[in-house]
Amino acid sequence: MTKTSNPAELAVIAKTVRRHIIEMITAAKSGHPGGSLSATEIVVTLFNDIMKHDPSNPKWADRDRFILGKGHACPVLYSVMAECGYTPVDKLNTFRALGSIYQGHPDVRFIPALEASTGSLGQGLSVGLGMALAAKFNGSPSRTFVVLGDGEIQEGQIWEAAMFGAARKIDNIVCIVDNNRIQLDGFVKDIMPLEPLADKWRSFGWHTIEVDGHDIAALQAAFHEAEATKGMPTCVLAHTVKGKGVSFMENNPKWHGSAPSKEECALALQELA
Amino acid sequence: MSVSTKYELKLGVATREAFGKALVELGQKDPNVVVCDADLSKSTYTNFFEKEFPERFVECGIAEANMVAIGAGLAAAGKTAFVASFSAFVINKGFEQLRVTAAYPNVPLKVVGTHSGISIGEDGPSQMSIEDLSLACNLPGFTVLAPADEVSMKACIHLAAEIHGPVFVRAGRSKAAIVYTPGTEFHSGGSHQLLDGNDVAIFANGLLVAEAIRAAEALDAEGISARVIDIYCVKPIDRDAIVRASTECRAIVVAEEHLKDTGIGSRVAQVCAETTPCVMEFVGLTTYAESGTPEAVLEHYGLMAKDIVAAVKNVLARKK
Ligand SMILES: Cc1ncc(C[n+]2csc(CCOP(=O)(O)OP(=O)(O)O)c2C)c(N)n1
Repeated sequence: MTKTSNPAELAVIAKTVRRHIIEMITAAKSGHPGGSLSATEIVVTLFNDIMKHDPSNPKWADRDRFILGKGHACPVLYSVMAECGYTPVDKLNTFRALGSIYQGHPDVRFIPALEASTGSLGQGLSVGLGMALAAKFNGSPSRTFVVLGDGEIQEGQIWEAAMFGAARKIDNIVCIVDNNRIQLDGFVKDIMPLEPLADKWRSFGWHTIEVDGHDIAALQAAFHEAEATKGMPTCVLAHTVKGKGVSFMENNPKWHGSAPSKEECALALQELA
Repeated sequence: MSVSTKYELKLGVATREAFGKALVELGQKDPNVVVCDADLSKSTYTNFFEKEFPERFVECGIAEANMVAIGAGLAAAGKTAFVASFSAFVINKGFEQLRVTAAYPNVPLKVVGTHSGISIGEDGPSQMSIEDLSLACNLPGFTVLAPADEVSMKACIHLAAEIHGPVFVRAGRSKAAIVYTPGTEFHSGGSHQLLDGNDVAIFANGLLVAEAIRAAEALDAEGISARVIDIYCVKPIDRDAIVRASTECRAIVVAEEHLKDTGIGSRVAQVCAETTPCVMEFVGLTTYAESGTPEAVLEHYGLMAKDIVAAVKNVLARKK
């Protein structure tokens, strides 16, 4: 596993991850490229720099934990975990096939190193808060990171969890909202607007940091600020572009849940060369 | 008559698409119809209705529990209200709301769950609804329908709108073989005997109806005459059809794309136990499935014609 705090090196890993995402979804002929590409820098920065974890000892009790609330974006998580050495890189292209460990949504039955099975939106933050609370009970230094979609946070359970995190002063959790402004049927603003979103999190008692979610140095700074913030949970509101890195996928709701053709895959890989 | 000539089983559209089309017909007939969806209108095909009647389409965002209760409020206030999402989300996230805002006060909310069963395929178990019929049957007052093809789905959506109480309709993602000719009638408490036979009776619904017909063809070639019944209305269930099958065939197989423990199998068995017990076998799921193409998943988890044939052989071996 490459562990580095150098943003340029992390950016190189991010590019490799984006290539995996495109290739595995193309091979599967289904999947969710848009929200995988928007979360790439977030997941890479966490696994390859910020988080304390050990692929050779995935059940290490004091490890930091990661939950992908928006489970449909699992291609980014699978690619990052494979590059870290948890699972085979050369099997990524079995994504979504019968018997593959790379299930359509994260499934702990197939990859025990995953912290939670997700795919039904809205539940990851609560599970993460439970894990963070357990760390407190156990006196463990473990931190928990949960990535949510902006569409996902329309679920009422998210706001129940937000109240809980603030009330219990769970300061060893960081919730990252991948604010790519698109959900399944279209733009968030047309379906169920969330603004003013930073104010919402602040009013629910979360220390809220707004960043460009593709700026690795800014993400690093936000995660360090979260660690230094005591007595309240932190929300990193990451402004991102859905489909980031592939020009024809960027900001286009069509690429929420459709697979590229072979030709589109080739074009995308050219851009990610 | 050879059974293979009776049903061509040509692939039609998915039942979810037939649902979307039926909603538009309903909307044209009745200005009182309103439709709610939770950020899945392109998948449930409620977007057909949205396109025709944007002012009567209610986008609720990704918030199924809230949507169910909004729908109940609309229905309680006199609207013919439909709420739709993936079955796994509307029934599981909305269950308590279905119970308290629709079932118990008998509010005529119409609930449609699409992408049911495991034939959603690649998305995997978090999106696969394998307990929805059981949960819906656990809502007293609900009529529960699980049509097999586009013809029966359209009829069932019209039926749902006419029924005075709450209704749950189960729809699938993949294209479904056409079983019925347009104009066939469907009613609450009904079933259709699709093939006659007296050695064994096969009850099925949804995608498994076509598999049951294929199984009956294969059995016919071996000299076994199988009756095939589409038990599209899961609740109230057609007791007469079950009693006839158990007395005339004295062996029953139930096949469903649902958990075996709590699906139509147990409902048919209950009626048999109360009336005319006979030997039975069950084809269904015993646990959560996994990702794969719909065909691969159905095959791997034993929901094909050959699995029904095997169950028939088992039940016949036990038949007295
Ligand atoms: C409870 C639930 N409802 C609906 C869905 C279907 N669904 C999958 S992804 C998605 C849109 C998610 O949007 P967002 O959270 O913004 O994800 P992103 O744009 O980052 O991909 C929907 C509605 C689901 N998986 N779970």
